[in-house]
Amino acid sequence: MKTKKISNSNSIRRATRLWSPLFLGPVVIAFFIGFVWPFLQGIWLSLCRFKTISNAKFIGLDNYAKAFQDAGFRHAFWYTALFAVVSLVLINVLAFAVAYALTQGIKGSNLFRTVFFMPNLIGGIVLGYIWSMIFDGILSWYTTSILLESKYGFWGLIILMCWQQIGYMMIIYIAGLQNVPGEMLEAARIDGASRWTTLFKVTIPNVMPSITICMFLSLTNGFKLFDQNLALTAGQPFIIQPGGGTIKTTEMLALNIFNTFNASGGSSQAKAVVFFVLVAGLGLCQLGYTRKKEVQQ
Amino acid sequence: MNTKKTLSAEARRKTVLSAALAVICVIYVLPVVAVVINSFKLNTFVKTDTFALPTGEMYAGFENFIKGMTFGNYPFAKSVLYSVVITLLSTALILLCTSMAAWYIARVNSLFCKALYFLCVFSMVVPFQMVMFTLSKTANSLHLNTPWTIPIIYLGFGAGLAIFMFVGFVKSIPLEIEEAAAIDGCGPLRTYFSVVVPMLKPTMVSVGILEIMWVWNDFLLPYLVLDKNLYRTIPIHIQYLKGSYGTVDLGATMALILLSIIPVIVFYLTCQKHIIKGVAAGAVKG
Repeated sequence: MKTKKISNSNSIRRATRLWSPLFLGPVVIAFFIGFVWPFLQGIWLSLCRFKTISNAKFIGLDNYAKAFQDAGFRHAFWYTALFAVVSLVLINVLAFAVAYALTQGIKGSNLFRTVFFMPNLIGGIVLGYIWSMIFDGILSWYTTSILLESKYGFWGLIILMCWQQIGYMMIIYIAGLQNVPGEMLEAARIDGASRWTTLFKVTIPNVMPSITICMFLSLTNGFKLFDQNLALTAGQPFIIQPGGGTIKTTEMLALNIFNTFNASGGSSQAKAVVFFVLVAGLGLCQLGYTRKKEVQQ
Repeated sequence: MNTKKTLSAEARRKTVLSAALAVICVIYVLPVVAVVINSFKLNTFVKTDTFALPTGEMYAGFENFIKGMTFGNYPFAKSVLYSVVITLLSTALILLCTSMAAWYIARVNSLFCKALYFLCVFSMVVPFQMVMFTLSKTANSLHLNTPWTIPIIYLGFGAGLAIFMFVGFVKSIPLEIEEAAAIDGCGPLRTYFSVVVPMLKPTMVSVGILEIMWVWNDFLLPYLVLDKNLYRTIPIHIQYLKGSYGTVDLGATMALILLSIIPVIVFYLTCQKHIIKGVAAGAVKG
């Protein structure tokens, strides 16, 4: 059996290696400045008490304990998890429905696809302000505002994210749906399977890889959400607790870390590490899963 | 007879589906329409009559646009300029440097290359909040806090996805072509630029589009790194306008938002095919 060669023969490789400073140098230096060093320093600082980086003092896991004692952080954690799950379900069901409809060979599919994908290109901050104007416009009929009730903030953000993400997931679903073997659908039709049976027994099992990718993507997107959250409600309305602390009822994890950084550097860095472990865990699951799929193919 | 009937039923079903999707499409563009109509409306009416057309006493003409240009004590043109500079420089730098590194990694495949590749893949799953504090401090102490130097930060933080996509593609290019070039006397540099780069072009377009979309819309990284009194990108500027206390001129803000999404929509409509392809490639891989 012939194995596929991917790296050069020795002499060429040796010649290439002489040029390594040019080929690798810029990326290695920038990667060190922009990722490796800040990352390692971030982990170290999460174990320190510090005002500035130069006077950091090692204090062990105290920051982590303090982070979990923070009621605002705990609230943000559950709020984010709830948001991520609700948006995951809604975005994927709707995106799949749209993709399914667009692959039925109807007129105007291309135009529809263009329109549905468009919001994806607009940045999170701008999106947030567009929708805050719209929601306030609607809610002003009932003399209220999106900043006044947390349930408006929650569902407002869900609507915003659906508007933005459905088009994105739709593209992935369309690619998956186009790969469903035509003979299988034909066979199901000849066997007299109804439209719904075909959908659930033939189509969906065949697009499972796309479904998994989209679910992971929308879950991590939900967890990492920052710009839209900041621009739409910025955590409002706030609840003042009897103990004096404030809970920002629509504040998600990323925003909570950002907002508390100046006041409590150490425990916020610890929160960031917890956040990283959570998001990276989800991301690595996804990578592992897609890798496995590629091997099987 | 029977087939004809099912055919027409099928046709009717498709028409209904088309009509339903058309309705959803109209709803889908409404937010953008709302931005357009409110950008021509006097500020006092934006909150009370958000969905009314700007007619009669509500009509502000181009006043909002003129006002928006110098809104918030910062010329809008300047933030457009900085956004363009940062986006173009960063994308060019990322495309050039990461494609070279990816080719080297795939072809030389030494232990160091493998470690670097693993780190790049790892960096893709690290959220920005993890490094935001330390990164902004590092950028400050190295004086990378101007629009002309921030592309280095983007190269560092954004290298992961680009290298991942390029390495995947380089591995699919048959090696024989490069070997032939080497036999014909091409050194590595010449092989790379005159043989590999032309083949990499489609992937470069995909990666380039992903990077452009990321950098253009990015808010937090430039917000933390740049000196905000001197340099504001469009998202930072808009956040400043809305985030500042006191009365916000919504009409002028909407005018600026409209101005900032027009280039995006033009870009989208002209390179739609590449954008959708690039985004799909990035999603499936990343």
